[in-house]
Amino acid sequence: MKTLGLSLCALATVCVATSVRADTLADVKQRGYLKCGVSQGLPGFSTADKEGHWFGIDVDLCRAIAAAVLGDQSKVKYTPLSAKERFTALQSGEIDVLSRNTSYTLQRDASMGIDFAGVIYYDGQGFMLHKKLGVTSAAQLINASICINLGTTTELNVADFFRSQKIKYKLVTFEKNDEVVAAYDAGRCDVISSDQSGLYADRTKLKHPEDHVVLPEKISKEPLGPAVRHGDNRWGDIVRWTLFTMLEGEELEVGMNTMEAAEKSEKPAVRRIMGAEGELGKNLGLAPDFAKKILSQVGNYGEVFERNLGQSSPLKIDRGLNNLWSKGGLHYAMPFR
Amino acid sequence: MSVVNAKIGAKQSLLQKSINAVLLLILAGLLFPVFKWAIIDAQWAGTDRCTGDGACWVFIKLRLMTFMFGFYETEELWRPSLVLALWAIAIATLFRSTYSRGLKILPAVIVLLPLLSWGLLDGRWFGLPHVETTRWGGLLLSLMITLMGLSLAFPLGLLLALGRMSDLPLIKAGSVAFVELWRGVPLIAVLFMSSVMLPLVLPPGTELDKLIRVLVGVALFTSAYLAEVIRAGLRGVPSGQAEAAAALGLMGWQRLFLVVLPQALRSVIPSLVNSFISLFKDTSLVMIVGMFDLLGTVQQANTDPYWLGYSTEGYLFAGLVYWAMCFTLSRFSMKLEQAR
Amino acid sequence: MNKSPAKKWLIQGLFFLVLVAVFAFAGHNVSMQLKVRGISSGFDFLQNQAGFGIAFHLIPYSETSSLGRVFLVGAVNTLFVSIISIVFASVIGLIIALFRMSPLPVLRAIGATYVETLRNIPLLLQFFVWYFAVLRQLPMPLESWRIGKSIYLNIRGLYLPFPEDAAAVWMVIAALIVGLTLGHVARALARGQRVRSGRTPLWNWVPFTLPLLFPVLALLYLRSRVTFTVPYLEGFNYSGGAQIIPELIAAIAALSLYTASFIAEIIRGAVGAVSKHQTEAALALGLKPRQVLVQIIFPQAMGHILPPLTSQYLNLIKNSSLAAAIAFPELVLLFAGTSLNVSGQAVEIMMMTLGFYLVVSLCLSALINLYQARVLRYERR
Repeated sequence: MKTLGLSLCALATVCVATSVRADTLADVKQRGYLKCGVSQGLPGFSTADKEGHWFGIDVDLCRAIAAAVLGDQSKVKYTPLSAKERFTALQSGEIDVLSRNTSYTLQRDASMGIDFAGVIYYDGQGFMLHKKLGVTSAAQLINASICINLGTTTELNVADFFRSQKIKYKLVTFEKNDEVVAAYDAGRCDVISSDQSGLYADRTKLKHPEDHVVLPEKISKEPLGPAVRHGDNRWGDIVRWTLFTMLEGEELEVGMNTMEAAEKSEKPAVRRIMGAEGELGKNLGLAPDFAKKILSQVGNYGEVFERNLGQSSPLKIDRGLNNLWSKGGLHYAMPFR
Repeated sequence: MSVVNAKIGAKQSLLQKSINAVLLLILAGLLFPVFKWAIIDAQWAGTDRCTGDGACWVFIKLRLMTFMFGFYETEELWRPSLVLALWAIAIATLFRSTYSRGLKILPAVIVLLPLLSWGLLDGRWFGLPHVETTRWGGLLLSLMITLMGLSLAFPLGLLLALGRMSDLPLIKAGSVAFVELWRGVPLIAVLFMSSVMLPLVLPPGTELDKLIRVLVGVALFTSAYLAEVIRAGLRGVPSGQAEAAAALGLMGWQRLFLVVLPQALRSVIPSLVNSFISLFKDTSLVMIVGMFDLLGTVQQANTDPYWLGYSTEGYLFAGLVYWAMCFTLSRFSMKLEQAR
Repeated sequence: MNKSPAKKWLIQGLFFLVLVAVFAFAGHNVSMQLKVRGISSGFDFLQNQAGFGIAFHLIPYSETSSLGRVFLVGAVNTLFVSIISIVFASVIGLIIALFRMSPLPVLRAIGATYVETLRNIPLLLQFFVWYFAVLRQLPMPLESWRIGKSIYLNIRGLYLPFPEDAAAVWMVIAALIVGLTLGHVARALARGQRVRSGRTPLWNWVPFTLPLLFPVLALLYLRSRVTFTVPYLEGFNYSGGAQIIPELIAAIAALSLYTASFIAEIIRGAVGAVSKHQTEAALALGLKPRQVLVQIIFPQAMGHILPPLTSQYLNLIKNSSLAAAIAFPELVLLFAGTSLNVSGQAVEIMMMTLGFYLVVSLCLSALINLYQARVLRYERR
């Protein structure tokens, strides 16, 4: 009995129990760091290098939230999550925010106890296959076997697409993305289907990337965005406006590289976002210069996109839909007033 | 037929001897290409992908440290090494010391050593640099899950075994239900449960490290199997022993802990070693819930797109490590059994 | 231990209270988590449309089927892969056991190497080896290996001709079952007659042919009536006929070869436990070695074989869940994987999954216990 008691005590001390009120902001401030759920490895979105440093656009959003709330972009603990674990991890309070290339859908928003706080990347599902097959359109994929990653909206979209086209197909589902790529490389399937950004990322990993082609057509809308727990509106606002800050920063041309110019700017909009005028931060329960911290420590959306996904990254993805509204894209920050 | 002859120890006929020789030749012919691939044509030196037809052991060589320790900080590798050494010393002491002394050290080993290992590996309790559990991996993680899982499961298994032999109907029914429940479900489902469902069962906001969640699952699962092993030992103790102890005036608990249990545990040591082996093999399932144990790191290396095509070497290496440990232990357990 | 009744009830009452407290605590937490977070609960989700495709299903299924249907598809696939593997594992196990008991040292060495290698390597690793290393060596669809006239093997699977109407297959299976049952009854009759008259009846061999005769008759009957669909190349892959996906082949190979190593040891141990003198006495009575093995050694060994064999079969069924790791659509992958993602209802789904395995385990144990009780009754007679 004593032994059991002792080991139970031991277990109890190992578990750090913190009570979650519906006030994530206070919890994060008290704890001193942000708990952010990311993917187990998707180049451009969230990957860790050998030393355990995290990179990617999803990771940069976590850093931006930490900069806004705690004033320091490095105060983040990353939790790599599989597609299956991600929602329970958020629901149970294991993480404060889920920033893991997650598609914003009605069912997830309404019935899984989570709220989406915006869209960080407008994606669409596509196909990648070998050039020598000579396929130019997804409608030619007759009876193809298709490798996909388990637990995503991918398998639902593939089913919808082929059903509506009345084309036969064969599905092979894997738990990990790298297993999907390995199976494709070994010839287990003709095609990989995934979000197009993911396909570009996968292509860089193959031995001869130039031999493979991502078909231009998109069979679905995949707005990827951060999610928070349902019912904590204050926290949801903070995540949403962190994202808007990054977008507004690009629109106003305020970022890591233009900080000095922004400090001297006389434009009212720039002065507001730099915290020199007005009390925007106070409304959110944050410091007045929260937006400045985001933009100076992490950068604006354009800078973040460029270093993770754009031409200065191995992925070389065009801005396309992910450009600002003023430049033909979909990103539109609500007014900072 | 031939089995029957063998059973009564009949001599081999000339025909049998020649069949034997022919089979041997065929076998050698089949195995030679494997030998040629793995040894003669193999490439051992280098730092990049191989070019020849043989096995590419460079692939293993470059990742050996990952396979052993996962992504543990390189400067801090003395810590996992120390932990493994401590366990080795503790287990050797247990088996070398006299039985009654061993029984006294046992509780200390299964309580203190897991805590000490956790503290050393994690680092925070001793003021060492913090290494997150997500970075523990490779063979180290496989062994830690096995050893800590068994340490947690043993006391619970003991209670369950006693509960199952209890004369109190409710306690007996409870123990039986618990044991049969865990023995009836696959470990992988238990691990899924501990990774997706456990967080919902605990009070909101309780933060459990992923490794601890896995350990809880492993311990509950293993305790059911240990309970059956221990129960077999308890049943093997002649009832005369308890009666004699009662005649000497010992109380119920004294009879159990001083007389019956020591004899029961001694008789199940070989079975406990076997439980260790099967748990060690089963820890490979934790890679399915996203932990990087030995098999997990090997599989990750195999699916590394730059190194695709060397999975045979990877699996061969993992297989050899598992085989060497399990085979040695099973021989050890057999020897213990024969020594009785 | 002699405790007063009052003390007994006190202990049990406390135990009961603790139990209730634990369950209440867990239940309260779950319901609170679900309510606070606005997660749906209950089993209504089983009626929701699944919406995803499944690569291998034995019962009718389409993307418009319900999630409840997905559970059934997964359960049937799990049982299917388990039953086939159990058959293979038993046969291979018996062969390896005979190898290990052979007078030829080479065969004994092969048997021993087989057993000591396979049972000391984690099963999951063996799944990976079969799936990611061995089966990946197969050719691409356009370079398929052709076996006979219309059987094709490539990296996407094995393609066989198959009756257009699946009912034909069920007829053959039913004929086999009828044959087995009738054969069993006829054998009991033959034995009864032998015991009564003291002489082996002339038709003693008939019962053994029945299990073969019925399926053959069924096949003859069906031959002219059933049309087969033959695999043909359509688009990127073969269509028509029956497709056996590589995931299934790898799962059966890994499960049956691994379990066979344990079964071989069980059989060897049981045969070894039959006294040497039994064999000597039987040989002295003039029985042929074949008769000694079948009539003297195996019946006696059976009592030692059954209990551990059952637990191996149960292990195999539970281990079939590992096939999820190589993308074979069985219960854990389909239900605790995809369906969990689609619906997000972790608690209900895990309960149903665990419940399935539990029910199968308990049913199989009960069945074997019944059978064993009967075998033991025979033995005592």
